[in-house]
Amino acid sequence: MTDFTLWDIVRNLLLAGRWTVVLSLIAFAGGAFVGLMLTLLRMGGLWPIRWLVRLYVDLFQGTPLLMQLFLAYFGAAVLGFDISAWTAASVALTLFTSAFLCDIWRGCVEAVPSGQWQAARVLGLNYLQSMRHVILPQALRLAVPPTVGFSVQVIKGTALASVIGFVELTKAGTMLNNAAFAPFTIFALVALGYFILCYPLSRYARYLERKLYGAGSR
Amino acid sequence: MTLDFSTLLPYLDEILEGLVTTVWLTVATTFVGIALAIVVAYVRDGAPGIASSLLGAYVEVTRNTPFIVQLFFLFFGLPALGVPISATVAALLAMVLNLGAYTAEILRAGIDSTARGQHEAARALGLSRLQSFRHVVLVPAFSRVYPSLISQCIIVMLGSAVVSQISVFDLTYAANFIQSRNFRGFEVYLVVTLIYLLLAVGLRLGFEFVGRRLFAFRQGGSS
Repeated sequence: MTDFTLWDIVRNLLLAGRWTVVLSLIAFAGGAFVGLMLTLLRMGGLWPIRWLVRLYVDLFQGTPLLMQLFLAYFGAAVLGFDISAWTAASVALTLFTSAFLCDIWRGCVEAVPSGQWQAARVLGLNYLQSMRHVILPQALRLAVPPTVGFSVQVIKGTALASVIGFVELTKAGTMLNNAAFAPFTIFALVALGYFILCYPLSRYARYLERKLYGAGSR
Repeated sequence: MTLDFSTLLPYLDEILEGLVTTVWLTVATTFVGIALAIVVAYVRDGAPGIASSLLGAYVEVTRNTPFIVQLFFLFFGLPALGVPISATVAALLAMVLNLGAYTAEILRAGIDSTARGQHEAARALGLSRLQSFRHVVLVPAFSRVYPSLISQCIIVMLGSAVVSQISVFDLTYAANFIQSRNFRGFEVYLVVTLIYLLLAVGLRLGFEFVGRRLFAFRQGGSS
């Protein structure tokens, strides 16, 4: 059995950490795109569409992310596709992210006073124009802090992709531990890796929130 | 491609056993985790000091690392330090620490939004710090953040699916077990996912029922 130096462990974790970052970016970008489409559908569409979007959001918010990953992985097999852990993890995390972002953004759009809508419509703007020029610019300002905050949940969510065999930071940690058996050091380092990724985003989200709502809340 | 749910029937006992584990873990975590959060919020609400800083670090570390890593750290790391720990205890500990950190932060937001003057008025009227925290700070903060608290407990219940990875026989473990026997992964996971959904709905309804009882006097009083 080969001996693992601390540097061997750190280097392997760093290499695997790249995939945590890449998967997070895919999930966030994909989730933001799908989430935006869903938000627009939910705010405007006919009632059956609004109802379907709501069902979609509730389904993803009311079930474990781990189950969503399993279903993506095994569901594709049932449909006859042999998909990789990469694809399954990307799809499941994208859908998961889109549901939460849709919920966050709907709240932000609804927070814009309804007088703004009425004024835009009275001035002759149609639905899309009112949305594009009046509502979204105001909603966007409200949406930035919770969106940055949610990105932390996305990064932490990618850790579950390890369970379906995707080699990222957490999976690399368990593999290294099987070989080197230094669980305390290895999982502390894995946790540190996530902390380094997540903590600045958490702080930034809090800073943005303070800036938006003013410091004199207390 | 055909779906066949009848292959699940011989495994009802396993599903039931997993369901019981998931439910008791969630209920125990809810009580102990919220108690922990109240203690953390109380200490952090007081004068800054070492205890306050340490608890602040605990909250930040827990909130910025994945639950599965916390679970592995406790389950594999503690025995390596000479502290033996069973899978169930590790799962419960990880869930309590996780809910405790998030709830402490939720409570803090509620406490911060209570006017400072109320706290000071209570002290001026002769209430001790503990008395004023309990009656003047905590109860209004609780009722204000109760909806976030419900969501957080549901998130922890759903997140508990991960304890299957350290071989705790919960609902997800049952699903993995059945899948390894009847090779009907999609059907098994679909059914178990629906059970989780029902649990989430049930938990929310239960919390709302309790909340109406607990905070009835406030809802009647406020506009």
